[in-house]
Amino acid sequence: MTEQRGEHIVRAFDAELQELEQTIVRMGGMAEASLEKAVDALARRNSTVAAEVVQNDREVDLLEQQISERAVQTLALRQPMAADLREVVAALRISGELERIGDYAANIAKRSMALNQLPPMRPAHSIPRMAKLVQGNIKRVLDAYVARDAALASHVWESDEEIDETYTSLFRETLTYMMEDPRNITPCTHLLFIAKNIERIGDHATNVAELVYFLVKGERLEGGRPKGDTSSYAVVEPTDDHGGDAS
Amino acid sequence: MSAVELSPDAVGKNAPKIVARGVNVFYGSAQALKEVDLDVGEHEVTALIGPSGCGKSTFLRCLNRMNDVIEGCRVEGRIELDEDDIYDRQLDVVQLRARVGMVFQKPNPFPKSVYDNIAYGPRIHGVGQSKSEMDEIVETSLTRAGLWNEVKDRLQSPGTGLSGGQQQRLCIARAIAVNPEVILMDEPCSALDPIATARIEELIDELRQNFTIVIVTHSMQQAARVSQRTAFFHLGNLVEVGDTEQIFTNPRDERTEGYITGRFG
Repeated sequence: MTEQRGEHIVRAFDAELQELEQTIVRMGGMAEASLEKAVDALARRNSTVAAEVVQNDREVDLLEQQISERAVQTLALRQPMAADLREVVAALRISGELERIGDYAANIAKRSMALNQLPPMRPAHSIPRMAKLVQGNIKRVLDAYVARDAALASHVWESDEEIDETYTSLFRETLTYMMEDPRNITPCTHLLFIAKNIERIGDHATNVAELVYFLVKGERLEGGRPKGDTSSYAVVEPTDDHGGDAS
Repeated sequence: MSAVELSPDAVGKNAPKIVARGVNVFYGSAQALKEVDLDVGEHEVTALIGPSGCGKSTFLRCLNRMNDVIEGCRVEGRIELDEDDIYDRQLDVVQLRARVGMVFQKPNPFPKSVYDNIAYGPRIHGVGQSKSEMDEIVETSLTRAGLWNEVKDRLQSPGTGLSGGQQQRLCIARAIAVNPEVILMDEPCSALDPIATARIEELIDELRQNFTIVIVTHSMQQAARVSQRTAFFHLGNLVEVGDTEQIFTNPRDERTEGYITGRFG
């Protein structure tokens, strides 16, 4: 595949594309940091840090707006073709994915503020591990974007499975806690949503991976992505004998 | 063998109307086209793009033997129109040009009335003997060229008195009056404003139902807008041909990429 960046006859065009790329990278870094901080706020039960994450999400949103304005402007004024066109379209869509990642991170932060007012729960311990996996994927997909590395992008795309599996086991665990004691329902529900948010962030990272692949190759990533999230089908039965014949 | 790198979808969906194989063109000792293999699909618009001097216009002019009139020009290889060799010595070039019409960069109506501009071709080919027949040809041709409503009340006025865009549509009407199978267009909009250009582009899209069209254009946006297939020429080589969408979103050759993205050195 041709790898031609820069060196347009009209140099201002190069500058515009570079700026678009730099803004994406900045935005991606911010979204990744938001996830890290949100999970840190949860693990350390620190509501101040959580509030910062919520606050920072506005900046991520602003960057998305900026990218979409610039991208539309470039489309209108430069009529980009081929790799340039993919560049602009990918920037537009990647920024959308990153914006969603930022939103989920902010939601995690909000829920951790709620959790901080309740007694600690055990399933909270597996959240940071799951978040680490997702964070690693965000980081690698951004590296793939900067390096225009289709192989790395498709690697990220495939490695989402482990995250899904972690989510499924966390789902079962929290249900079990809720059944044990109704007082666990509030914290467990928050944890469940947090885990779901992280899992969704992982999905958005794989979407970015698809876009990076498209940007480099001009083709879709083909084939079914391995999926480990079976929580939609999960049923956890109560362990005591009283409710034996579940309908 | 050809040095052409054919992309996997080099063969279009439509049956080929024109088949060119191993076409070489020389102007004296200078070679303008090198071993060009290209199919032109029926009822498709094929756009020929490339930098100045790449051979795209030369190729276009091979298709109705306009190069015959250029001193020192020599064409090698085979070009078939519906499987007839158009460089066959037995072939009547005037008949060929009736089958393969042409529209040029600058509108060039004859210094005659609008009516006679259209009637000229049919007359020399002996079509439209009676006045009513000819009236009908004139009206149909002008209607198909999207010009009838604008000129029906001034058919006897000189064609050169029309606006640039109207003149170009008059030339298209003149080309289709003899009911050709193929229409060649050599930068038909480069002398027109954007509105007149849009009219011609809309017209090209309509004409595709009945004709096969080959257009040379310097405007990549125009190629993207009007054509189904695009061929990119560079230094006398046909570098890449494919579906227009593929050429403009994901060209396979880096020379094509360089040209259409404006990076050509």
